[in-house]
Amino acid sequence: MTRDIRSLRRALLHLILAVIAALYLSPLVYMLSTSFKTREGAGSTDPRWIPGPATLDAYREILGSADSPIVKWFVNSLTAATGHAVLVLVTAAPAAYALARLRFRGRGVIFATVVATLFVPPVVLLIPNFLIVNELSWVDSLPAVIVPAAAGAFGVFFLRQFFVTLPGELEEAAELDGCNRWQIFTTIALPLARPALVTLFLLSFLTNWNDFLWPIYVLLSPESLTLPAGLGNFQGANNIRYDLLMAGAVIASLPVIVLYLVAQRWVIEGISRSGLKG
Amino acid sequence: MSVQIGPGDLAVAAAPGRSPGTPRRMRPWTPYAFLAPYLILFAVFMLLPIGFGFWTSLHEWDINLPDKPFVGLENYAELFDPAGVDGSRFWTAMRATGIFTVASVPPLIVLPLLVALLMNGRFKGRNVYRAVYFAPYVLGVAVVGFVWRFLLDGNIGLVNHYLGLDVQWTTDVPPAWIALVGVTVWWTLGLNSVIFLAGLQDIPRELHEAAMVDGASAWHRFRSVTLPGLRPVTVFVVNSTILASANMFGQSYLITGGAPADQTKTAIYLIAETGLRQFDMGTASAMSFILAGFLMVASALVFGAFRDRGKR
Repeated sequence: MTRDIRSLRRALLHLILAVIAALYLSPLVYMLSTSFKTREGAGSTDPRWIPGPATLDAYREILGSADSPIVKWFVNSLTAATGHAVLVLVTAAPAAYALARLRFRGRGVIFATVVATLFVPPVVLLIPNFLIVNELSWVDSLPAVIVPAAAGAFGVFFLRQFFVTLPGELEEAAELDGCNRWQIFTTIALPLARPALVTLFLLSFLTNWNDFLWPIYVLLSPESLTLPAGLGNFQGANNIRYDLLMAGAVIASLPVIVLYLVAQRWVIEGISRSGLKG
Repeated sequence: MSVQIGPGDLAVAAAPGRSPGTPRRMRPWTPYAFLAPYLILFAVFMLLPIGFGFWTSLHEWDINLPDKPFVGLENYAELFDPAGVDGSRFWTAMRATGIFTVASVPPLIVLPLLVALLMNGRFKGRNVYRAVYFAPYVLGVAVVGFVWRFLLDGNIGLVNHYLGLDVQWTTDVPPAWIALVGVTVWWTLGLNSVIFLAGLQDIPRELHEAAMVDGASAWHRFRSVTLPGLRPVTVFVVNSTILASANMFGQSYLITGGAPADQTKTAIYLIAETGLRQFDMGTASAMSFILAGFLMVASALVFGAFRDRGKR
């Protein structure tokens, strides 16, 4: 009897969760469906989930259009997101290691200053960072969307949490073997930190790929835009072509969805855990 | 030099050719060399702009003009005059930010908590559901904005079609607020859910079992075990959700464009436009410091509220 009730409850739970899940994904399904519609089909007042007739016209048009160089935007986004994620790892990893495992004068002050900036509302950086980037002649070029965001404290904080937990014995053994600090860092600490490094890389890549506010203001000419920024301008045109916009949205989602499907566990755990420890 | 003291230190002490207890010294500049690349970025794009932004807010600063005269607190004074041009625009935008924050935070706490509670048990397919609910969050505001701009279209959108309504979601208030909050809940529900879920799983199972042995009802267990166990997570979620909502930009930019009559133009949107389109950077900087002040007060209030409840 209780067994029956329990399995009934379980079935009900699955039903609820499945219905929410289906509703949840439906906007994305409709995005995909519309991207395969004709111009008329996408603008129709009778919405169809299965495009009839299905066509690649929207993709053909948006990929071939001269005033929306979407291939260039895609390459820009890929370069920026990869460059940013690499820069975060290359700068944050040694800094986090030093703050976690080396004893030196000023360590407490430096760490406290870095952590304190986690509480600085990012809006105060918007205008001055634009002026600094302008001073460096980076406006309208990729360094503007790669470099400044790497100054954030999150990466250092995230990796330090990991390095602190490493057991000291390995390092001491390596020290006895005559390794210097840099060798200990690269041959022992970094390989052990691989899961944390991969997570930080993924989070940095995703954040940069999806960034919208900063690139639409700091990138100006059509060839220098990232994908979200380019599509953002594109939508501003008077006559919204939803078939093209949905095709663009699908193209902008693809790398992120692929990354997410491959590394879903790491992304979710990384974000939820970093939230808890923050 | 290792910070940890452990069995390894004994090995160091026992090593031949070294005085006991003194491990090999690193060069004094080694730690600074590890830190240097990051600290250069940190100084140029974090510390410098904080000071530089405030400096800018004290000047009549236009990037295109050679003269940037010092005006003291005049930019701030103008913003605090609601009858002036800058002041009225600014407080309209602050009001929009306030409306959105107040309307979006409760559903963004309650709904994710409900979803997390549904998913807290061990059952087949839980990770699939978790992945599905989290999926929109990885998409970024641009894609989310385009998709919903389409679904909310007053003439051909699915939302009106299925609800049998004729509502202009992107150009009328209050429908625009409902739309902006709804889209944001859809987009970020998964984030708060996985944080709550991780928090739920950190609550020791024994506490629930003990309460069950004592004959506590499910509701009672929720009140006396689950909620207190979630307090630190809840403080974090409430705080980060308030900050995220108060920083809303992309949804408004892409879905309503600030319409109608700038009523859904948020503070960040106005700051970006004022500073980075009209290049009135002194005024924009002053706006950003006032907004930042509000955000810091809000954070302090959240921490205060939860601390008081903990004492009782």
